[in-house]
Amino acid sequence: MTGPPDDCLARNEWICGEYLTTRRHILLDAVVQHLELTAVSVAVALAIAVPLAVVARRWSWASGPVLVVTTVLYTIPSLAMFSLLLPVYGLSATLVAAGLVLYSLTLLVRNILAGLRAVPEETRQAARGMGYGPVRLLLTVELPLAVPSAMAGLRIATVSAVSLVTVGAIVGYGGLGNLIYAGMNTYFKAQVLTASVLCVIIAVAADLLLLLVQRLLTPWTRATGS
Amino acid sequence: MKTLSDSWRWLTDAAHWSGENGVWHRLTEHLVLTAVCLLLSCLIALPIALVLGHLGRGGALAVNLSNVGRAVPTFAVLVLLLLTPLGRYGEGPTVVALVLFAVPPLLTNAYVGMRGVDRGVVRAARGMGMTGSQMVGRVEVPLAMPMILTGVRIAAVQLVATATIAALAGGGGLGRIITAGFNLASTPQVVAGALLVAVLALLVEGAFALLERAMPDRSKGGSE
Repeated sequence: MTGPPDDCLARNEWICGEYLTTRRHILLDAVVQHLELTAVSVAVALAIAVPLAVVARRWSWASGPVLVVTTVLYTIPSLAMFSLLLPVYGLSATLVAAGLVLYSLTLLVRNILAGLRAVPEETRQAARGMGYGPVRLLLTVELPLAVPSAMAGLRIATVSAVSLVTVGAIVGYGGLGNLIYAGMNTYFKAQVLTASVLCVIIAVAADLLLLLVQRLLTPWTRATGS
Repeated sequence: MKTLSDSWRWLTDAAHWSGENGVWHRLTEHLVLTAVCLLLSCLIALPIALVLGHLGRGGALAVNLSNVGRAVPTFAVLVLLLLTPLGRYGEGPTVVALVLFAVPPLLTNAYVGMRGVDRGVVRAARGMGMTGSQMVGRVEVPLAMPMILTGVRIAAVQLVATATIAALAGGGGLGRIITAGFNLASTPQVVAGALLVAVLALLVEGAFALLERAMPDRSKGGSE
């Protein structure tokens, strides 16, 4: 074992088992940061989106402004969004999470609102006739019926968030994006490909997981074959 | 608020608008890049979508492609292409990556629009003895136009936004003002660049909204 090692790292190959074993901890840290950023931002976005959608459904004058603001937020490019929030949050993980929350809002609010609006009027009247108050109607009838549409929005928002986290590399909190960024500057092929593939795997896994959650939450849709 | 006034001062300084790194040059780069990529993606996606939509095949392909596109980070594709031999050709990797990301929304919307055309109308056109290409050109495309335009709008706004990321991988465009600001640790420049990109994206969105409003609305039985 003398002289320079002749392995795939030295040859700078795209696929390199040596890279996986020697940088296991770096990859694991990046994946954890990626998952944390995605999970936190989607969770916060969901916590904001549900009340917003309920308000927009209850008072029709509110739906216009809510939809316009969230759509405008969605139009702002991700790199610009992170930079616009820079004066507020500084170079931090919170900055990336805040940007992702704003992006996810549009998708979530739109889908939850569409779900609430699709609840048949007869269903609501039946519940009212059974003596349901507005809060009970919302919690036990309207929101459960809006779950399929809301989950569709949640899946899109999550998958988009996973891929957008990478742009956070510009402020140093991009999860796997950090590895892609560093790999680009050093022309480190194995690192770029491995991190990119892991991003896609995370996105697909998150999508499947949410699909499973959706099926568990809405057992009644399976009987009708949808 | 100090940052905002500093950014305003940065934006109103004429020195920042001229030259190789100036706003005008970066803005031109951004618009040319966006326009070229939009044109290329339309040339690739629309014929495929119109043919598939006319034949009624490949719907799963169109929709799944769109979902896969969302899962793959643009930034990753950009860097991957940059490290391939393609990376030697200046803007080559950027153009390929941007076209890859603009094709799915175009394809999906045009396909869904073509399939959404009233089947009765299509049958009537066939009964009148129209050939396949006549039906596409005179019946299906005009009726699907709102959906096709929506796809073009989504693709255009997405291109303006995504072209910014090219700057992370050494490409041109307005994103360069932001990344240069990060490297100089100049928050006013970063925010000024971000404002420029955000305004451009909103302008493109607004322009398409106006264009759509100006279109004849056939779906509601409006007269021609």
